Amino acid sequence: MSTIFWITIAAAVATYLTRIGGHLVISRFENIHPRVEAGLNAVPAAVLTTLVAPAMLDAGPAEWTAVIVAALVALRGGLMSMFLAGAVVLIALRQFMG
Amino acid sequence: MSSQATAERSPATGDFWEGFRLSIPVVVASGPFAMLFGALAVGNGFTVFEAFLMSATVFGGASQMVGIELFGQHVAPWLIVLSIFAVNFRHVLYSAAIGRHLAHWPLFQQAVGYFILTDPQYAIAESKAESGRKVGFAFYMGAALPVYVSWNILTALGAFFGQMIPDTHALGIDFLLPIYFLGLVMGFRKRPLWLPVVAASAVASILAYKTIGSPWHVTVGAFAGVVFAALMPSSGKREARP
Repeated sequence: MSTIFWITIAAAVATYLTRIGGHLVISRFENIHPRVEAGLNAVPAAVLTTLVAPAMLDAGPAEWTAVIVAALVALRGGLMSMFLAGAVVLIALRQFMG
Repeated sequence: MSSQATAERSPATGDFWEGFRLSIPVVVASGPFAMLFGALAVGNGFTVFEAFLMSATVFGGASQMVGIELFGQHVAPWLIVLSIFAVNFRHVLYSAAIGRHLAHWPLFQQAVGYFILTDPQYAIAESKAESGRKVGFAFYMGAALPVYVSWNILTALGAFFGQMIPDTHALGIDFLLPIYFLGLVMGFRKRPLWLPVVAASAVASILAYKTIGSPWHVTVGAFAGVVFAALMPSSGKREARP
C-alpha cells in the first residue's frame, strides 16, 4: 500500500477520535457545571466564527459586499436565501472587480 | 431499526426527509469544494482512488485540503496527520456539545453518527435540539447521507475532470463556504452572549491567523469564545435544559 494510503488511514482514525472524543470524555460527568454548559452553548458560534473572520482579511471589496448582503438577508430570510444572495452578489461583483 | 427501515410511512421516514431537506444547502455549498479537492489531490500526486478514499474516510473538507497541500510539499507523513488532526480538533467541541442529544441512540448508531459529525451536521442537529425536539437517527442520517454521498461522488468526478474546471475565482467557489458558515453563525444569534462570543472568537482567530498561522486559528479562536462564555457571570436568565 502507498504512503498516501497510510496517511489517509491515520488521518481518518485521528479525525474519528476528534468526533467521538468530546462525547466520550464529557459523558463521564453526571452533572454538567453551569460554566461548562455556558461554554458548550457558545461552541457553535465560536468555532464557526473562526472559519469566517480570517477569510475576511484575505478578501476584497467583492467578498466584503457579498458578506454584508448575505448577513442582512440572514436577519430576515433562511440559510438558503442568505447563501444564494451572497453567492449571486459575489459572482456578479467579481466580473467587474476581478 | 430494521422495522423502521422497512416501514414505508413510519414517522422515521418523515424525519429522514425533514433532515434531507435541510441537507440541500450543504450539498450545494460543499459540492464545488469536493470537486476542487478531487482536482487538487490528483494535481498533488494522488490517484483518483486515493482522493476518493480520503473523502470517504476523513470526510472533512478543510482538513483534506490541508492534507493534499502538505503532501504536495513533501512534508513528513506524521506531520501531515498531525495537521489534519489540528484542523479537525474543533470536532471535540461539537462532539461534547451534541453528545447529550444522541445518547438515547443504540451504540452502533452513535458510532456511525459521530463518524459523519461535520460542521454543518453539528449545526443542523444542534438547532433541531434547540427547537425542543428529539434528534432522531433517521433525521440525523437524512441530513448527513446526501452530503456524504455527494461529497464522495463529486470528489471522484473532480479528480477525473480536474483540469476542466473553469475559472474558479470568477465562479466565487473559493468564498462560498465562508458565506455559508456566516449563515450558520447568524442562525445562533438568539443564544445568550452571542455577540461577545462571536467578537472574542473573531479577534482571537484573526490574531492567531496572523501570528501562529493556519490551521491553529480555528482551535485558538474557538477556545477563546468558549472560555469567554464560561468565565462570564451567568446572566440570571435560566436556560431551559432538555
